[in-house]
Amino acid sequence: MSTNALKRTGGAGESGDKIFSGASLAAGCLILAALFSVAVFLIVEALPVLGADPSDITGGEGFLTYIFPIVLGTVIAAAIALLIATPLGIGVALFISHYAPRRFAQGLGYVIDLLAAIPSVVYGAWGYAVLAPQLAIAYAWLAANAGWLPIFEGPASQTGRTMLTAGIVLAVMVLPIITSLSREIFLQTPTLHEEAALAMGATRWEMITMAVLPFARPGIISAAMLGLGRALGETMAVALVLSGGALTASLIKSGNQTIAAEIALNFPEAFGLRLSELIAAGLVLFLITLAVNIVARWIISRHKEFSGAN
Amino acid sequence: MANATLTPRRSQLTKGRMPTYTLWVVLAASIVVGAALAALVGFSLVPWAIFSAILFIVAGTAVSAAIEGERKAKNRLALFLVYGAFLIALLPLLSVIWTVLERGVPGLTYNFLFTSMNGVTGAIDNQVVAEGTPVLGGAYHAIVGTLQITLWATLISVPIGLLAAIYLVEYSTGGRLARAITFFVDVMTGIPSIVAGLFAAALFGQLFGPGTRTGFVAAVALSVLMVPVVVRSTEEMLKIVPNELREAAYALGVRKWRTITRVVIPTAISGIASGVTLAIARVIGETAPILVTAGFARSINWNVFGDWMSTLPTFIYYQILTPTSPTATDPSTQRAWAAALVLIIMVMLLNLAARLIARLFAPKTSR
Amino acid sequence: MKALRFGRAAAVISVAALALTACGSDNAVDSGTEGGSSAAPESTVSGTLTGAGASSQQAAMTAWQAGFEGLNPEATVQYSPDGSGAGREAFLAQGVQFAGSDAYLDDEEYEASKEICGPDGAINIPAYVSPIAVAFNVPGVEELNLDAATIASIFKGEVSNWNDEAIAAQNEGVELPDLPITVVHRADESGTTENFVEYLAAAAPEQWTYEVSGDWPADIVAENAQGTNGVVSTTSSTEGAITYTDASAVGDLGQALVKVGEEYVALSPEAASRAVEVATPVDEGRNDVDMSLDLERDTTESGAYPIVLISYHLYCTTYEDQETVDLVKAFGSYVISEEGQQDAADSAGNAPISETLREQAQEAIDSIQVAS
Repeated sequence: MSTNALKRTGGAGESGDKIFSGASLAAGCLILAALFSVAVFLIVEALPVLGADPSDITGGEGFLTYIFPIVLGTVIAAAIALLIATPLGIGVALFISHYAPRRFAQGLGYVIDLLAAIPSVVYGAWGYAVLAPQLAIAYAWLAANAGWLPIFEGPASQTGRTMLTAGIVLAVMVLPIITSLSREIFLQTPTLHEEAALAMGATRWEMITMAVLPFARPGIISAAMLGLGRALGETMAVALVLSGGALTASLIKSGNQTIAAEIALNFPEAFGLRLSELIAAGLVLFLITLAVNIVARWIISRHKEFSGAN
Repeated sequence: MANATLTPRRSQLTKGRMPTYTLWVVLAASIVVGAALAALVGFSLVPWAIFSAILFIVAGTAVSAAIEGERKAKNRLALFLVYGAFLIALLPLLSVIWTVLERGVPGLTYNFLFTSMNGVTGAIDNQVVAEGTPVLGGAYHAIVGTLQITLWATLISVPIGLLAAIYLVEYSTGGRLARAITFFVDVMTGIPSIVAGLFAAALFGQLFGPGTRTGFVAAVALSVLMVPVVVRSTEEMLKIVPNELREAAYALGVRKWRTITRVVIPTAISGIASGVTLAIARVIGETAPILVTAGFARSINWNVFGDWMSTLPTFIYYQILTPTSPTATDPSTQRAWAAALVLIIMVMLLNLAARLIARLFAPKTSR
Repeated sequence: MKALRFGRAAAVISVAALALTACGSDNAVDSGTEGGSSAAPESTVSGTLTGAGASSQQAAMTAWQAGFEGLNPEATVQYSPDGSGAGREAFLAQGVQFAGSDAYLDDEEYEASKEICGPDGAINIPAYVSPIAVAFNVPGVEELNLDAATIASIFKGEVSNWNDEAIAAQNEGVELPDLPITVVHRADESGTTENFVEYLAAAAPEQWTYEVSGDWPADIVAENAQGTNGVVSTTSSTEGAITYTDASAVGDLGQALVKVGEEYVALSPEAASRAVEVATPVDEGRNDVDMSLDLERDTTESGAYPIVLISYHLYCTTYEDQETVDLVKAFGSYVISEEGQQDAADSAGNAPISETLREQAQEAIDSIQVAS
């Protein structure tokens, strides 16, 4: 009787195993297929740009001259966002996981998750209506007192809608993403490791640097990469906040543009070659993300030993 | 938390300990000196706060280093910085929430929640402004559209994303396919949202003839954006499930798929739910892909497979950029902010539901 | 205990969600207030007409949708404000049955339209006229006389202060403050920009040497904002700012009187219609009923305001089946009818097209038929 039952469950389990592993493999392949078709779509649509006469491209000097400033703008905006949001995000995540009282921390975690959900249009409107006028005052001061630095070169924008503002808005947008994921990872640190460190007489900070951060490093990088993905691809917020234009080194003058905002602003009226240009710009954005991710993967692979599942 | 109980208590026997009032004294001194410094550059609240904060962190650490020694001082500095990070992060976030509440609440009327924009024209808005009557027209059609499209996007991408993550963590042996999937999932996070929309529009255009625009096309476009977020966060959460748990299950003779569904996933469910909520949150606020895939409806449509739909983000976008009445934009602005508030409340409820699910399925732990 | 509490919370939430989703209504406006359509429906057509195109037509389209659906309760018109370019593209790909556009089909597109619309191609019909105002935010100044050369110099950044001699010379008696000029332009590509720079290029060719397109010249560094609403709110919040915008959105900003011939013309619907009346029709290679118009930006015609944008509707000369033809004809006729034009003007604040144009447009719409 009992052997029979064992056999039966064993049999069901076996087919269950097959179905389950098959399904998960299929899901993985489906993702590859989807991405492949997106890539094919992008390349086919962007192809006319390659054959086009340079003088027909916006700006009149070929695609590279057109795309270079906005690639740089995209990278600058995302870099500002990550530089601000990553340390802050880790700090807030640590606060929630290891510093704040437990009840308080749960509520906070909830609020932070919620903030990831505010639509980008709202962040854009907020940056445009609330943040930019405030920052305009600070920019005027920076231009007057730190104007010898190329990035703070004056005259500062009257409206405050500059690259730095866009970067800050993006930072606010990605902060919840980084915080939320880092917090989950910090909470998963093996309690034994933490308690062992404390038992050795480590201070709380030493415990965090010895037990929590090494364990969480790949996760933090993953979180930062997800945040970066959003910062690079963000359209509406940048389109609303940034008063774009030609490439300038100064972050507090109006000027610069990002790829995503360029696409969003020009897409509605684009057709023919212009549309191909914009899709080619999308392809370039795609390649930037690719490059960034290669670097991130490489960093993570050096810390693989901390993964629980290996 | 375990470490909290281990924080040493004050004791008469230990030396080199700071009295509790020391930091308060340092704080008061920093505020006063900060005010003096701020007065030098033209007194106002922001520089005052900045100077005081910097002074407090430096002085507090220095005092602690002098009395308690270097290790304790480092600990204090970290504490200050973590609290500081929290406070700085809170400012813009509170400001955003306050802005939405302040401008959104007045528009949140019964009319707004339960009627569509069907038949509301600029002339009506002009009349509203001229006579001061309540704003007509609402976002009901957009609420329905948002719920429908997001639901379908979730139905498509959560199973795919979850299974793919399981494949990566549990089944793959780090082979070429697994590496390719991980890598390309990362790449997918970088697809600009408008491109995802164009792709879905082109795909369905090929399959069902040009100009095919339905809620379902939008759901597919959103799935393209959503899958990588689900995979990425689920993968991270599955990875940190301790191997001991799996091995214990195998040792008891439990099948692999049972181990995964009964042990691994429940252990990670809180993180997975959080990741899925994040993914939904990411796509529910998308504007651009909806514009090119779902069209723009002004009346209620429950059918994702036929006719056009609106969602709250497109509703907000168009109310701001092309107000119903160009001459009297106030009613449109009010509707836009109210719609933003509704969207946030919707996500809040979703979040609550996700936490609920996580709590019901998660195993009891000491945490 | 805890699970129970959460269970209850879940129940409350789901009930609330059900309640929220169960009882909405499409009846946002009391049917009583829907005036103007009390006359008995003359023609009853049914079906769904789909269009896409200029987002600037959105406000007027809303009025037309409401008015048309009031007259023909069985019919629905849906319009996606994707942009003129996207609308024309969708029209030529047969994704939509009509398009709204800030520009008529160019020759290449017209040729392409023959493939989907039959040998006579598509027809461009003016739907309304939208004057573009040169609006500024200078405290205490509500009107300024400006000629095309000065406007061009200001938007180029050459004239950079409001008390500049070039402005003062045309405005004796107006107290101009010592205030730097901040130029605000559209960040997105738009028909408004295209029509405005077309005017500058035609009327001030010496000052304005840039290429005419829907994009603001990249060489000019200036503040910008997205959409009509964006430039107007930026201008309103920045002292000394100047912009160009659809006249309907100007609000409290000051407006320029533009020099035409020897006089300065204020913006008004009549002055805008006058400019359209003196425009030259595009005849070459088009079908007989097509109504594409080339505006004379450097006109010296008295009382004409030259910076206007004509918004077109694009229809096919032939459609596949009778039902679509009826629907298109009914909607097209409604749009150009006196009532339709008035509805749009009330809602969107644009200028109606003139009596002559309306008659011509009606003729064009009557010629639409089923493909043989």
